[in-house]
Amino acid sequence: MINLKYFLKGVSCAKKIDSPAIALGVSFIAIGALLRNLGFTIQESIFSTFLTYALPGSLVMAESMLIGASLLNIFLAVWLVNTRLYPMTVSLMPLLMHKNQPRWKYYLSCHFVAVSSWLILKNNYEEIEKEYRIDFWIGIGTATWLIAISSTVLGYYSADYLNKDMMMGLSIVNPIYFMCAMIGIMKTIQLSSSIILGAILGPAFYFISPEWCILMGGVVAGTVAFFIGERNA
Amino acid sequence: MLSYIILAILVTSAATYSSRFLGVLTSEKINEDSKIYRWFNCLAYSTLAALISRMIFFPSGVLAESDYIIRFVVIILSILIFYLTKKNLVYPTVFSAIILYIINSYYV
Repeated sequence: MINLKYFLKGVSCAKKIDSPAIALGVSFIAIGALLRNLGFTIQESIFSTFLTYALPGSLVMAESMLIGASLLNIFLAVWLVNTRLYPMTVSLMPLLMHKNQPRWKYYLSCHFVAVSSWLILKNNYEEIEKEYRIDFWIGIGTATWLIAISSTVLGYYSADYLNKDMMMGLSIVNPIYFMCAMIGIMKTIQLSSSIILGAILGPAFYFISPEWCILMGGVVAGTVAFFIGERNA
Repeated sequence: MLSYIILAILVTSAATYSSRFLGVLTSEKINEDSKIYRWFNCLAYSTLAALISRMIFFPSGVLAESDYIIRFVVIILSILIFYLTKKNLVYPTVFSAIILYIINSYYV
């Protein structure tokens, strides 16, 4: 079913010292503490990370609940911030598709698509034969997902010991880590312009619409970057 | 009766999984050597960059309570550390959390 050798290779990629998994772990500690302060039970907190496993989505959910938003509003707010998972999945799955592999693996493992696991795969997939990349991916996904869940538990129980300044420190880890990781992968013109334009246009569109800025900024920046890259290819 | 919390979790996960699911559905028809794949790749990196940069400039939650000048200083220092340590990701990340904590606890 799942090739264990490639699965374990994926798991060990997530364990590397400078793996995005540290940023992921730290951020979910903050989420665990946040959910506890919102009145979640430990089971509900685990359930939340287990089912959602996307940091900005959980943050938006928590913020919406704080103001007692309706379920429809929560759905829309989360959907808007997590739509980025759509292009991320499309830029990942074609690398893993192989005719010898069953479809369910793809539809189940897409649950693991999140920034950290996505970056680990993008940085390592070329070393793996295409047929087994999906098992490699499931290994990465399972490892990062379990890190997120156990960090949520850790955060939940340490909420009493974390003051506001510590929570602030924990909250900046995620953007700083991924900002540096993004700078680190700016190797081609197309990638560099995607990242630089996205970083400028995302906040710029905030002045037009705080809800739609990520989506609007991302689509405009990505499309412009695509044409810049194609011209210089 | 399902509680507000459980329903909120279910709604959040449905909203999240839908984008992932549609992504796989679209991927079935896309070849990794095609132009459309490269376009999606650009979109993935640009939306991610947009999200990260939004989290820094217009943060939500507890981070929103930190002064933007302090955040700006932390970002510049982190990028500096990133380059000084030959693009190591651990040092700038750990330092950013500690620097922000110290500045906020002792100087604000």
